[in-house]
Amino acid sequence: MSVDAPVLPRRPLDTAEAVTSPPSRPARARRRRLPFSAWHLLLLPVAVVFLVPFVEMFLTSLTPESEINTFPRPFFPTSLTTAGYERLFAESDILHWLANTAVVSAVAIASHLVLCSLAGYGFARLRFPGRDIGFLAVLATIMIPTQLLMIPTYVLFARVGLIDTLGAAIVPWLASAFGIFLMRQFFLSLPVELEEAGMIDGCTRVQVFFRIVLPLARPALATLAIFTLLGSWNDLVWPLIAINDDQAFTLQLGLTNFQGNRRTDWSLLMAGNVVATLPLIAFFLVAQKQFVATMTSSGLKG
Amino acid sequence: MSATATPPRPSPVETPGGAGRAPRERPSRGRRLGSRVGGWGFVAPALVIVLGLSIFPAVWALLLSLQEWDGFSTPEFVGGDNYAELVGDADLGSAVVHTVVYTALFVPAVVLVGLFLAVALNRSVRFVGLYRTAIFVPFVASAAATGILTTYLFNPQFGLMNNVLRVLHLPQQGWLEDPHQAMVVIAIMSLWGQAAFTTVIYLAALQDVPGDVVEAARIDGAGPWQVFLAVVWPQLRPVTTFVAIYMTLQAVQLFDLVYTTTRGGPLNATETIVYYLWQTAFRELDFGYGSAVAYGLFFVTLLATVVVTLQQRRAAAREERAR
Repeated sequence: MSVDAPVLPRRPLDTAEAVTSPPSRPARARRRRLPFSAWHLLLLPVAVVFLVPFVEMFLTSLTPESEINTFPRPFFPTSLTTAGYERLFAESDILHWLANTAVVSAVAIASHLVLCSLAGYGFARLRFPGRDIGFLAVLATIMIPTQLLMIPTYVLFARVGLIDTLGAAIVPWLASAFGIFLMRQFFLSLPVELEEAGMIDGCTRVQVFFRIVLPLARPALATLAIFTLLGSWNDLVWPLIAINDDQAFTLQLGLTNFQGNRRTDWSLLMAGNVVATLPLIAFFLVAQKQFVATMTSSGLKG
Repeated sequence: MSATATPPRPSPVETPGGAGRAPRERPSRGRRLGSRVGGWGFVAPALVIVLGLSIFPAVWALLLSLQEWDGFSTPEFVGGDNYAELVGDADLGSAVVHTVVYTALFVPAVVLVGLFLAVALNRSVRFVGLYRTAIFVPFVASAAATGILTTYLFNPQFGLMNNVLRVLHLPQQGWLEDPHQAMVVIAIMSLWGQAAFTTVIYLAALQDVPGDVVEAARIDGAGPWQVFLAVVWPQLRPVTTFVAIYMTLQAVQLFDLVYTTTRGGPLNATETIVYYLWQTAFRELDFGYGSAVAYGLFFVTLLATVVVTLQQRRAAAREERAR
């Protein structure tokens, strides 16, 4: 994983051809006995197992409380109710927390896209004193684990009055070393001629960046946006440390808090889980290709 | 403003690359100076945030680790005392053991499952897209959501797991309430969320395995197993090293799933290093000792990563020479 390896352009997974084995002879013999590929016997149960927790989450959020504690418990509820959701919206600030999380993620994504692409472009294309040292410093920070930073960041945020505000959840997500790295690698892979042409035609660097380079960077920006969305939406550790005021809770913090004080109200807990997770699941289903590209490139950052 | 003053320009895409070269060598002096300083304008905002929230606190944590401080009173400089204390700390010792147990359970499992699923998904059977979706979608579940699901599915009284065991006439288990099983349960649910990641990485790597080599091996009479072991697996080696290291680094930092399931229990059986660090710093307000724990973990993992990476490089180079 050298620094200069291009991160993004990869063949999409869906066009994959089977690499290991177009059916060799024994497999073909087996296929004659089964009306379908033997791989289904393996993949279907695995897929079901992976989906079970989500199915249980949706079902339980709609199950009457009286049925959850019956023994022996039926695998499927005999009646469905929205009582869990009604209690959730009536008795908790879940919508407020949802709004908080939406604000955190929206600001994080906007800021990430602007700041990281600017910095990535600067490191990829511009010459200025201290550039290489600056970029090395950025790379070095990828090695620093979060738990090393928790204590001093907490003290720092306490001094500037960010603790117990939504700002505490936002500030660490304004930019990231991974984002800068990702965008730099992408810009390095673009042909420089386009920008030169723009410069000759009288554009300034800033105009070249916004009018020529950025429109070409859509795939990388999508990757970065998804990375930031996943990270900021699901972040728990840092908000847990920095925010104790339930007016500034994020969704994840609110959910974790339920576990303490609504421990046995399972349909409410699962309803909260659905509210927190469904947006990401839905988004994943419509943009699976981009999610997979994000996972691949966040793996290659190492 | 300059854009309006210039004559209409041809679309940049149509500009032949060669035409742009010559004048670029002589930009006006003012412009060159502008871009020398202007570069900082591009990188400074992100750089200030990234370095300000990492290198600056990292140095600060190093200073804190040499102090005795609760966040309020005057910090007291104690030199290497905190680090000396790490060695004899029995609670930290058992946290290390729990973390190692979790890592030993989780990392081989997530690597092997990822490899297995990638091989299974890397073929054109029908519905493979649906299978992929089902296996990848848990990746978006947060630690908080996973935690609630874990305590529910593995609840000894009414959880799905014991329910299935009951139907199969197998003995009921304590799961998260059993000190011997709790870490296994956490590893299983980590696997549920993280398997997508290793699968995706392996899938990408499988597509880089040269098809003609596989074809050649098959023509030479190798069966699917031989092709995999002799051709594909060696090609995947750098990726395996990478995911193993990456997943180990994640595993030794386990905190959130412990927090959202067992909070370190039962009987401290799931108290990991970072959980212990969090308790020390944010429950007992021992910022100095907490920082020393964090630095201790950082140094050990960094050292291990460097050693393993160098060893792998050397092994790869040796193989290269042997060929």
